[in-house]
Amino acid sequence: MGILDFLKRKPEASAGVAKERLRIIVAQERSTRGGPDYLPLLRNELLEVIRKYVNVDVDAVNVTLDRDSGHEVLELSVALPEGKPATSA
Amino acid sequence: MTEIIVVTSGKGGVGKTTTSASLATGLALEGKKVAVIDFDVGLRNLDLIMGCERRVVYDFVNVVHGEATLKQALIKDKRHETLFVLAASQTRDKDALTQEGVEKVLDELTKEGFDFVVCDSPAGIEKGAHLAMYFADHAVVVVNPEVSSVRDSDRILGLLASKTRRAEKGETPIKQHLLLTRYNPNRVEAGEMLSVKDVEDILGISVVGVIPESENVLAASNAGVPVILNDDSNAGLAYKDTVARILGRELPLRFIEPVKKGFLKRVFGG
Repeated sequence: MGILDFLKRKPEASAGVAKERLRIIVAQERSTRGGPDYLPLLRNELLEVIRKYVNVDVDAVNVTLDRDSGHEVLELSVALPEGKPATSA
Repeated sequence: MTEIIVVTSGKGGVGKTTTSASLATGLALEGKKVAVIDFDVGLRNLDLIMGCERRVVYDFVNVVHGEATLKQALIKDKRHETLFVLAASQTRDKDALTQEGVEKVLDELTKEGFDFVVCDSPAGIEKGAHLAMYFADHAVVVVNPEVSSVRDSDRILGLLASKTRRAEKGETPIKQHLLLTRYNPNRVEAGEMLSVKDVEDILGISVVGVIPESENVLAASNAGVPVILNDDSNAGLAYKDTVARILGRELPLRFIEPVKKGFLKRVFGG
């Protein structure tokens, strides 16, 4: 530490944040890779429909496509908000 | 046998052309016969980095369209007998390159006995980038320790594994090499920059080299002399190591530890 260092504001250690954000987004993009192009669109439209009835977060809807030997499984999961009653449209 | 290496990244400005120029020059220094091709049609730049911009008469697109022979268009490097540059065209026609045309040129380079063809990819994932990677045997994915670059390289790694000739024909996959450039060990130590290990963990592939951030890179491009020819530069030495590793030699990574500050800097900061 230099004696003049206190004059400079110390930048935040942001590499950890970068790593965590990348880990999540890369995993998410890999899971949809090679899948049909309509998957993100499908997810957004589903989200819109669900939000008509329930006030859910943007990332509450998860659509994944799994390939097993010979067949594909489209899995849809929706995380509903806790406690709050559903808003009626 | 001719080995085709694509230098790619997805994101622009991470050091693809700098890497292509140094890689090609380094392979020539190892005694290989090398051609380096600029695939960035409309935005020719490799010629500047290689220092041959005033000797471009015919370009890649001229050869593809039969307006010049490959021999006429290949620019022999001033410094190395076995190194040749094929410049990109400055045409604005995005469809100037075709898959058949590129294949024809690569086949001809194979017949001419080239050991390596280095394909300098344009940024993005459009036609030019696709054509640059399609016929490759090796891919050098250039990445900076920065979020957008890392994400884009993951995208590119996915494309290399699915949208290339080797993938489509079910042959042995392209050999993928991750090259981390603009690395600053001091900032990594301060927790301000992703480390080599962070990038390797996120992308699930180990690095073939780490090029430290260096003022010599700009000086090299200013002068039109690939930085690998600067033996006083850590970046140049790191490129030499990288070339050796691509040729199969095992070398430890260098220049990834922080440089300790001198006494004066420790007292007064800086």
